Amino acid sequence: MKRRFNIVVDGKSVTVGDGQTIMDACDDAGVYIPRLCDVEGLVPQGSCRVCTVKANGHTVAACTQPAEAGMQVENDTLEIKNYRRDLVRMLFHEGNHLCPICEASGRCELQAMAYRLGISQATKYPYLQPVRPVDASHPDIALDNNRCILCGRCIRASRDVDGKNVFEYVGRGIHKRIGVNAENLAATDASIDDYAMSLEVCPVGCIIRKREGYFAPVGERQFDRRPIGTEITSPRGRRRSRPRRAQAQETGDGE
Amino acid sequence: MSRRKKRVATVSLAGCFGCHMSLLDMDERILDLLEDVEFDRSPLTDFKQFTRRCDIGLVEGGCCNEENVHTLQEFRNHCDVLVAVGQCAIMGGLPVMRNAIMHSDDPLRECLDEAYASSPRVYNPSNQIPNDPALPLLLDKVYTCVDVVKIDYQIPGCPPSGDVLYAALSALIHDRPPELDHASIRYD
Repeated sequence: MKRRFNIVVDGKSVTVGDGQTIMDACDDAGVYIPRLCDVEGLVPQGSCRVCTVKANGHTVAACTQPAEAGMQVENDTLEIKNYRRDLVRMLFHEGNHLCPICEASGRCELQAMAYRLGISQATKYPYLQPVRPVDASHPDIALDNNRCILCGRCIRASRDVDGKNVFEYVGRGIHKRIGVNAENLAATDASIDDYAMSLEVCPVGCIIRKREGYFAPVGERQFDRRPIGTEITSPRGRRRSRPRRAQAQETGDGE
Repeated sequence: MSRRKKRVATVSLAGCFGCHMSLLDMDERILDLLEDVEFDRSPLTDFKQFTRRCDIGLVEGGCCNEENVHTLQEFRNHCDVLVAVGQCAIMGGLPVMRNAIMHSDDPLRECLDEAYASSPRVYNPSNQIPNDPALPLLLDKVYTCVDVVKIDYQIPGCPPSGDVLYAALSALIHDRPPELDHASIRYD
């Protein structure tokens, strides 16, 4: 039996289906909540916290928080926007995000998020400039950990969709990083055809598909014309919540 | 009484002069701008020193050597408003690659070795690395402008387009902060 109820997002009523999170309900209603670690087709894990909203006065991750009847949600307020800006800034400062030299520039969700949040001014944070290895051992794939934001999308894609468990988190705190389940990527059973290696999984330029770089010219890249989130806010391109999971790769119908 | 023209100084530190080229990309609008602006110390005027205090300083590039640091400090001392222009000034840009991406214990040494000794395309039988006293001393790593002095505003881009620079400069000469809309913020 399906139960439906309403929540209020920034003063606007949004209908929620049974078991939906705040983000699922907002996606269906065409209300965009910024997110980096959550992507359609994967289990949400609530780690990047860019989707932070205030629900009944408490900050929660919209991608994992189940909606409750009558919930009052603040999404597009200055306070929340400032939280998100700071979170995205910290991601930029934690790794080595050199947009001018990055092949993912223009289709990078981290960069597009910074554009959408209007980040153009200096911050109080220092650039950590960590020294992180590059794993180019695999014939078709390279991993540049300098650009990794630890969203864990590749982990979930490899585990839940490909059934391979190629990636996993290693270490804790500031030393946390993405590891592969062998000496290097070439020694794993990773393949270029894995869903985990597809362009829609890695939000930044960490997973590099060799010999495919710069396939879209400047001006025609994914976020060159439309800011990130337009696919949810524009009525035509609106997607229903999480329809595909395992068949994502086989159907090949694109977006 | 006509308004005093704003004095603008510009400099390229550890940059590629791309941001200065982009400044010229505002084309004939630069003539409109010159109604309200005069350039002081700048590669455009070829003044090597400040002639007097300036209203706006535009800095391209971060600091990779001693001289860059001195120049940047001089700009801070002589300019009311200091603006970091382009990714190199803001976060180090391409030169900052030598800090971390070399994944070496001594990144500067490895960088010089690659440039002057070990690279297969280098012909340098005496293995000389330039160290003439006239050359400014290289810093241990590349520093962003914010690391060295207080920066008032940033104009991101690699380079920022002529349109963005024109909009930002127009705002600054009318004593407004350069506010960039979504379409004007670009990091590449």
